[in-house]
Amino acid sequence: MSREARITLLVLVALVAGAAVAFGAPHVLSDYFVRIILLIALNAILVLALSLSNGFTGVFSLGHVGFIGAGAYISGILSIPVQQKMALLPHLPTFLHAFSLPFLPATLVAGLLTALLAVVVGYPLMRLSGYFVSVATMGFLIIVNVVLINASDFTRGARTFTGVPLETTLPWVMGWLAITVFVLARLVYSPFGRAMKAVRDDTIAASAVGIGVLRTRLIAFVIGAFFSGVGGSLYAHYLGSFSPNTFYFALTMSLITMLVLGGMGSLTGAVVGVICVSLLSEVLRSVERGFTIGDFAVPALFGASQIVLGFIFILVMIFRPKGIMGDRELTFGLTQRSATVNQTEERKR
Amino acid sequence: MTQLDYILQQIVNAVSLGSLYALVAVGLSIVFGVLKLTNFAHGDVMMVGAFGVALLVGIGVPFPVAVICGIAAAAVAGFLIERIAYRPIRDAPDVARLLTSLAVTYIIENVGILVFTSSPRNFPLPDILNTSWEMSNGAITFTSINLLTIALTFVSLLLLGWFITRTTTGLGMRAAAEDMSAAHLVGLNVNRLIIVAFIVASAYAGLAGILWAAQAGVVQPQMGFTPLLKAFVAAIIGGFGSIAGALVGGYILGALEIFIVAFLPSSVSSYRDAIVFAVLIAFLLVRPGGLLQPNREIKL
Repeated sequence: MSREARITLLVLVALVAGAAVAFGAPHVLSDYFVRIILLIALNAILVLALSLSNGFTGVFSLGHVGFIGAGAYISGILSIPVQQKMALLPHLPTFLHAFSLPFLPATLVAGLLTALLAVVVGYPLMRLSGYFVSVATMGFLIIVNVVLINASDFTRGARTFTGVPLETTLPWVMGWLAITVFVLARLVYSPFGRAMKAVRDDTIAASAVGIGVLRTRLIAFVIGAFFSGVGGSLYAHYLGSFSPNTFYFALTMSLITMLVLGGMGSLTGAVVGVICVSLLSEVLRSVERGFTIGDFAVPALFGASQIVLGFIFILVMIFRPKGIMGDRELTFGLTQRSATVNQTEERKR
Repeated sequence: MTQLDYILQQIVNAVSLGSLYALVAVGLSIVFGVLKLTNFAHGDVMMVGAFGVALLVGIGVPFPVAVICGIAAAAVAGFLIERIAYRPIRDAPDVARLLTSLAVTYIIENVGILVFTSSPRNFPLPDILNTSWEMSNGAITFTSINLLTIALTFVSLLLLGWFITRTTTGLGMRAAAEDMSAAHLVGLNVNRLIIVAFIVASAYAGLAGILWAAQAGVVQPQMGFTPLLKAFVAAIIGGFGSIAGALVGGYILGALEIFIVAFLPSSVSSYRDAIVFAVLIAFLLVRPGGLLQPNREIKL
């Protein structure tokens, strides 16, 4: 089988498996497991969006959760039913009172507006590197939080934002995950993807061979922000009600843990990280409610799971700083070139 | 109350708040200067100091003794954090170390919540420190703890100035901050200098935490996070890594925050923190070396 045929096969198998999970799981599994799968897929979208700038382009943003929050609120404001809007958000501008969008258009608008925000924010910030850009994007996250709390005409301020229809089902999330993976894979394993990695590995060498550093970083940042906004919208329609602090440092920390644990230079690594951390925190969460072994009762230790995750994060940083996957992809060997092609390439070198 | 008295009152508030920011920012800058590490866990060391005092006074230890023990506890916490979490990754990239310090913060705060719950507890302040003073017929008021904050900041920073300019260890720390490998080459024990830097910085954090809790009246496991973020801004405004810069930045930030609230309409001043962090971003973009290190180059 040729390499192209094998890649097509891999994509088809992945799509069929994803569709089977999306439509089959609710019939086979209990609601609890369906919810876990949904959250894993949702977090996978968010972490993949984060990996584009943080992992592949080397711009470690601490501000993506600001985009997720923006996406959640934008989509929420657009899709609350018209009758409830008057009661919940009486001070909205009248043109926003007049209509309410279905789930898909609201999500798309949220993604696009978030991407627009990322252009405005990223244009100055993408000039920074290293911890400068991390601290600056963290500043952006805090500014978003302050604005969400104070723009109470739009967001109900620090009070719970509620009334968002619960429309995020497993097929929706799996569908968006497929789109995210497809777009990101096309992007990362393209000439532009090589430019991103060149910018990450050596900025000076990259600009010396003619790669526009700012342009490359900005494009990665904006596309990541688009999917963050989309993920935020899915999150909003999953939770139904949330507050500005839903999208703050706790979520940032959890997404970064998933990304770093999985491996920052790999799309499948990001997904592996999400699965590991999600399953681990589910297990830990049931442990921290307290349990008994024989006569020995372990008391409830709320918050213990966060502590364990923090320690795992530090251990990964010390002993495996590139994460589980590093920059390799999980492809089951199907994307490798055939041996003869490899040999000809060897000879050329 | 006259216009002048109002302005004077705001200046008193600004100097008091600025002193606290300066104390926290100085600790951040000491660590950043030597290690180039943005240390998020600094805020939690503040929390350790404040909780130490609250717990010790709770079991009957006299307040001054408790304060000394609290500062010592903070210094020990800083030492342990360096030894356990930061030393193994000292050669890792900047961002990896920044993330590790975030994880340390996360662990300490969650341990704090696990042990003490997240509800605030009373911070026991002796009555002498709680009395308020009045000037010009009550138009300007301040408490003893305001005065003490300003005085202690002044004294402790003089002490720090003496330490880094007059003692061998202090000079060594500055040498290591300038060029770590050169300091190593001329025979300085860099490990020891880094430990000293952490202990000194954490002792300052402990003192700042105690003063912060004394002004707020409560302690809480996550109390260190907000002052830490503000101190970051202060340190970067002044020039990250420079002790004089931290001092200047702390007072500028204190004045900025107080004056935003005092002189701008509430529709603007409720965005105070957004303005503060916009200032941070502006400094990072336009003058990443801060006010006192204008020539520092920024790497693309």
